[in-house]
Amino acid sequence: MQLREIAHARTGDKGNLVNIALIAYDPAKFELLRRVVSARRVHEWFGSLVAGEVVRYELPRLGALNFVFARATGGVTNSLVLDGHGKSLGFLLLDMPVDDTSMRHAGT
Amino acid sequence: MSAPGGDDYRYVANHNPMPANKAMNTVRIGAGAGYAGDRIEPALDLVEHGTLDYLVFECLAERTIALAQRARMRDPDAGYDALLVPRMQRLLPLLARHPVKVISNMGAANPLAAVARIRELASTSGLAVPRIAAITGDDVFDRIAEYAEATVLETGEPLRKLKGTLISANAYLGARPIAAALAAGAEMIITGRVADPSLFVAPLMHEFGHAWSDFTFLGRATVTGHLLECAGQLTGGYFADPGCKAVPDPWNIGFPIATVAADGAAQFGKLAGTGGLLTAATVKEQLLYEIHDPSRYLTPDVVADFSSVEIIDHGGDRVEVSGGDGSPKSGRLKVSIGYLDGFAGHGEISYAGTGAVDRARLAAEIITHRLRTIGLLPRAMRCDVIGVNSLFADSKSWSDNYAATQCRDVRLRIAAHVDTREQAELIGREVEALYTNGPAGGGGVTAGVSERVSIASILIPESDVNPQVIGEGEHHATT
Repeated sequence: MQLREIAHARTGDKGNLVNIALIAYDPAKFELLRRVVSARRVHEWFGSLVAGEVVRYELPRLGALNFVFARATGGVTNSLVLDGHGKSLGFLLLDMPVDDTSMRHAGT
Repeated sequence: MSAPGGDDYRYVANHNPMPANKAMNTVRIGAGAGYAGDRIEPALDLVEHGTLDYLVFECLAERTIALAQRARMRDPDAGYDALLVPRMQRLLPLLARHPVKVISNMGAANPLAAVARIRELASTSGLAVPRIAAITGDDVFDRIAEYAEATVLETGEPLRKLKGTLISANAYLGARPIAAALAAGAEMIITGRVADPSLFVAPLMHEFGHAWSDFTFLGRATVTGHLLECAGQLTGGYFADPGCKAVPDPWNIGFPIATVAADGAAQFGKLAGTGGLLTAATVKEQLLYEIHDPSRYLTPDVVADFSSVEIIDHGGDRVEVSGGDGSPKSGRLKVSIGYLDGFAGHGEISYAGTGAVDRARLAAEIITHRLRTIGLLPRAMRCDVIGVNSLFADSKSWSDNYAATQCRDVRLRIAAHVDTREQAELIGREVEALYTNGPAGGGGVTAGVSERVSIASILIPESDVNPQVIGEGEHHATT
């Protein structure tokens, strides 16, 4: 299954940095998100789109994770990329496969 | 306060409409615009039917003020928001009947000229001229030389190393000068660069009279401001995803209203009869929009903590937001510096049928060779095949994820960053020359040139900035 079946996302930008908020539809799925969608896995998923590190913030009360990273193409005001803000990136993250064994492991 | 309208608009976020002479138990703030070009109708609806105390228009993106500064250099009476006049033409007649105070950063690079224009519009329309104050002092361009050694946040290098002509420098002001203008009796406040949430924090601080050292309240007010500042993005805009997230009547998204209590807790709602939706999910998406560390959201007023926010969805487009906290502000203000950064030239051409992607890629190769042949070496260049990889061409892994060869309808986009307008024009001309010199079947060429204005950010001590409230011939310094 894909991440988009259990979570929704919104992408924002500030300067050269982009943030993707990943929010569980069902707060009970937050623990699963927390375990499965690590900063490292997000970094691997986006590959060369990312410059530097991916930082992850946890918001258990909201059932959300917030990923922050710099884009390899630079920010909105100095990039030739069509989507200079990177606002489309959240939906690439939602395509990430979520493994069924990890789902069972989470007791869901 | 006027009563709600008698038509099918019913106000739903607050079941106890305020009496005309109410004590200020709650303050009702609406969002009138979430960006410079936003729809005007939702704001007009809010004035007429929202029983608002305040309506805030956030219209100033990071780069907008640098572009406005350029306009002001050409014409000293220009440099305010391009939609100020059409917005005010619709708004002023309604404000004459509904006593809603308006706060906006539509002043952009020239708040004083904006105020003069609004006064002129009101008087030529035969309307009472509202008491308008301008907030100035955000423009620190005249002392930019002092910051040559300041670190540019985007590059990590000193400002003096920035290549390109500097054209503007504006500090993000906080809520305080706006609150001072309200205390002085202003009914409309026009600012330049102010931190977006501060536009909303100001009326809350003015109405409740909390101390500027009440960082818990400032943090909570910042949560409310942050949720409202993008208007429709809280109420179903930027949310629809068919099959996953449905949004009713998305062609008529109603803008949000917050009813804020003295402890900073807020009830969010929108007008009945409008489209969109307001749920815990829309609020969570917007709470984290453009946020880095959610426990340390820096504004000129406070370091706000969003991590302890509680969201209760009451159904019927009513959501309660409470909690949140704050700690003392950093004492430094962010300054956005606009600079001229050469030109961008671009050209596009379409290819169809089997082999379309190969022909588009061959066309890109031809352009690359041609630019080398004519001695044009861009500072940077991109070749996107729209329909295959325009959003992530810089990542091989993403390109590989898509069956590029299956695409039978693609558009090549060449974009290059160059030094001069003439060079930028050459980019489009070379793409156009693909008609008679390039791969078979290219069609629909478009081309363009844009002057690039980029933004660099630095931090400066807040004591370097001296915000001013300028009313009817008055100057009040605020600190």
